[in-house]
Amino acid sequence: MTGLLFQAFIYLCAAVIAVPVAKRMGLGSVLGYLIAGIVIGPVLGLVGDTESIQHIAEFGVVMMLFLVGLELEPRTLWTMRNRLLGLGGLQVGVTTVLVMAAGMALGLGWSVALAIGLVFSLSSTAIVLQTLNEKGLMKSDGGQSSFSVLLFQDIAVIPMLALIPLLALPELVHHGAEAHAEGGHGAELSLIEGLSGWQVAIVNIAAIAAVVAGGHYLSRPLFRFIASAKLREIFTAAALLLVVAIAFLMTLVGLSPALGTFLAGVVLANSEFRHELESDIEPFKGLLLGLFFITVGAGINFVLLFDNALLVIGLTIGLMALKAAVLLALSFIFRLRGADQWLFTLSLAQAGEFGFVLLSFSVQNAVIPTDLADLLLLVVALSMLLTPALFIVFDRVVLPRLDEEQGRAADEIDEKGAAIICGIGRFGQVINRVLKGNGYKTVVLDLSADMVDGFNRYGIRTFYGDASRPDLLHAAGLEEAGLLVVAIDDMDRAVEIVKHARREKPDLHIVARARNRHYVYELYKAGADDIVRETFDSAVRAARYALEAFGVHPHEVEKLITVFVERDRDGIRRLAQLYDPEIPPFENEPYMKMAREIEKETEEALSDNPSVHDRVKRAWLPPGSKAE
Amino acid sequence: MAQQSRKILVLFAHPGQRYSRANIELAKIARQTRGVTLVDLYAEYPRFKIDVETEQQRLLDHDVIVFQFPLFWYSTPALLKEWQDLVLEYGFAYGEGGVMIAGKLFVPVVTTGGPEEFYQVGGRNNYPLRDLLTPIEQTANLCGLRFVPPYTLYAALKAAGDDGLAEHIEGYGRFLKALRDDRLDLDAAAELSVLTAHTLPIAEEAQP
Repeated sequence: MTGLLFQAFIYLCAAVIAVPVAKRMGLGSVLGYLIAGIVIGPVLGLVGDTESIQHIAEFGVVMMLFLVGLELEPRTLWTMRNRLLGLGGLQVGVTTVLVMAAGMALGLGWSVALAIGLVFSLSSTAIVLQTLNEKGLMKSDGGQSSFSVLLFQDIAVIPMLALIPLLALPELVHHGAEAHAEGGHGAELSLIEGLSGWQVAIVNIAAIAAVVAGGHYLSRPLFRFIASAKLREIFTAAALLLVVAIAFLMTLVGLSPALGTFLAGVVLANSEFRHELESDIEPFKGLLLGLFFITVGAGINFVLLFDNALLVIGLTIGLMALKAAVLLALSFIFRLRGADQWLFTLSLAQAGEFGFVLLSFSVQNAVIPTDLADLLLLVVALSMLLTPALFIVFDRVVLPRLDEEQGRAADEIDEKGAAIICGIGRFGQVINRVLKGNGYKTVVLDLSADMVDGFNRYGIRTFYGDASRPDLLHAAGLEEAGLLVVAIDDMDRAVEIVKHARREKPDLHIVARARNRHYVYELYKAGADDIVRETFDSAVRAARYALEAFGVHPHEVEKLITVFVERDRDGIRRLAQLYDPEIPPFENEPYMKMAREIEKETEEALSDNPSVHDRVKRAWLPPGSKAE
Repeated sequence: MAQQSRKILVLFAHPGQRYSRANIELAKIARQTRGVTLVDLYAEYPRFKIDVETEQQRLLDHDVIVFQFPLFWYSTPALLKEWQDLVLEYGFAYGEGGVMIAGKLFVPVVTTGGPEEFYQVGGRNNYPLRDLLTPIEQTANLCGLRFVPPYTLYAALKAAGDDGLAEHIEGYGRFLKALRDDRLDLDAAAELSVLTAHTLPIAEEAQP
């Protein structure tokens, strides 16, 4: 127990210290984790065996692909098919062949060279996607192309795992078999043990069909049932269960768990629970991925590295140059331009975490000798370690150059700003209808599963989720949104939402509903642009009818009411400056004084005393006469 | 037409009725006159949201259209201008097929702050009132309406202090009834620049 706690303490401590420092220095979180790993591993020697933890941490990659899938609707995936197969297929194919040729030129056998080619053709999904997301480059052309390639690679791992055993070297087979037994993989549960090829295929197809059908038909009633319990942690547990269950199923039938969860994500991308799922899985993914990067850093064998420093560094740089060259060539064929071209070229020029998997698999299957594999492992790790540096090159060297060349172009706004509407009660509905009716895109969030369900059936796309959770707001597109409407009943949460949104996006326009005066001040302090008191306008209308009922001319009533509303707004603005949430209003002396003053002014303005605020009375006064 | 009385629509526009002396009384007499529909535009559309269909139907339902207003900056109050802009649509009041109100009578009923002598060349306002109302007159022409010279009260504030207002109000009643019963000599009226309580060319009430 203490051992476990100590390990957790060390890992968390390293992450908590290293990552903010790295981010502050503009290095990105991935490099922070890697450095943290190096410090606690090779440098301080606080953690020894990283392999067992790495297996857990690899689950972060699985979760990441689930989240990536959630972002991708099936339709989007279909439109990507050309890039996915063309760009991805060519990248893997050409890189494999070139690495293989290089290996053979260095005197390796063709089968060893081919295996190395396969290992090195892959890039790091974990590092690249994490970094692209962090930098907000995922939606760019370069980001999308990189993603297509990474997705193809993740799929390509499966046939590679099937191919590698066929490359076994006779002289290594005996040794390899031992390694295999030691590896303990034979003891793992499997549904396909002893099945013939076509039977395996049937089982595989059945498993994928189960994921797709289950995601499509079962998830909705299931999540609605779970949501009805209104317990956040149970929903989180359900989301985790979903990912774990699919990963488990995929491993059972010998498929990649990453691929399976990605598929489940795509199926669920249309679900109204998408944003909630996203924000539930997100922290786990983040932590596990972080752990994964730490283990990569901690696992670097410095002794081996120093003994072969020149060789390893030379190989790493050679590999990265070769991968970059292939990517650059592809970027010309697929017409990527400017920043996108360089982003694509630089971001994928490393070996990836699947390289570790393939390498150990190759060793087990007697394809690559162990000492060579250890060396290659260092190359993979080093290239991953250098990736954040490539992103820094992109940020600091490529982008400024391009800016210089082209002059700084204004951002092109090609679609109407999206609006996030929190709360689809009576209030939010009206806003949503008006915005949608005028062609603005809205993302609607609500915490009532019944409401969400009902509105989706009615035809308004609504997502289930607690909008006061920052991560959910981000999942709903806070970064791209131009407008945030906060119309939820829970005022304390509303204030939190406004505070957070204002902090994250200073130029966002925020319209918030206040239930009462107290929250008008709170929302004002939190940074809302327009604050609407929920009952004020209807009360004003009722007052209008009351005056008209007394026979005051409707046009006169209109003017009086306009002045009243203006004065009231002005008064609230003045009071908001004096309001202090720490002091109850009745004990806040300046506030009370101002309130009395304003009240008096308003009364005078509306009374028949022409000396004060006679705007109403001045209007249409005949020439030469005085106001009554 | 002589047998059948004309239906009269008075479109009354005064945003500051709290100060009105003349117009409010004129509106009162119009309201009391049989055959007259009085519409207080500022009461009906305090937020300027004019219902065009309703207003066009009103035009179709009447034979005489009266604009009753105080002269503001040589023009109608804003809402009555808005009414013209929205209600007198192309294809309805003018332009292709815009003959829906052609042939009806059109009468401005105007009060002014300044006295008559202001409204002449060289006077303070430098133009006769009739000239200043040219836009309205031409609007009527374009819509095929027969323009009747404005029934006018000059120096309305001063008139409120003496007998002038009472005479004008009484004359307004006679004017409306004559229009209704077709006793106003339209040709004789057309000879005049403006109509006042003293110059109304009205034929004697027919004896039964």
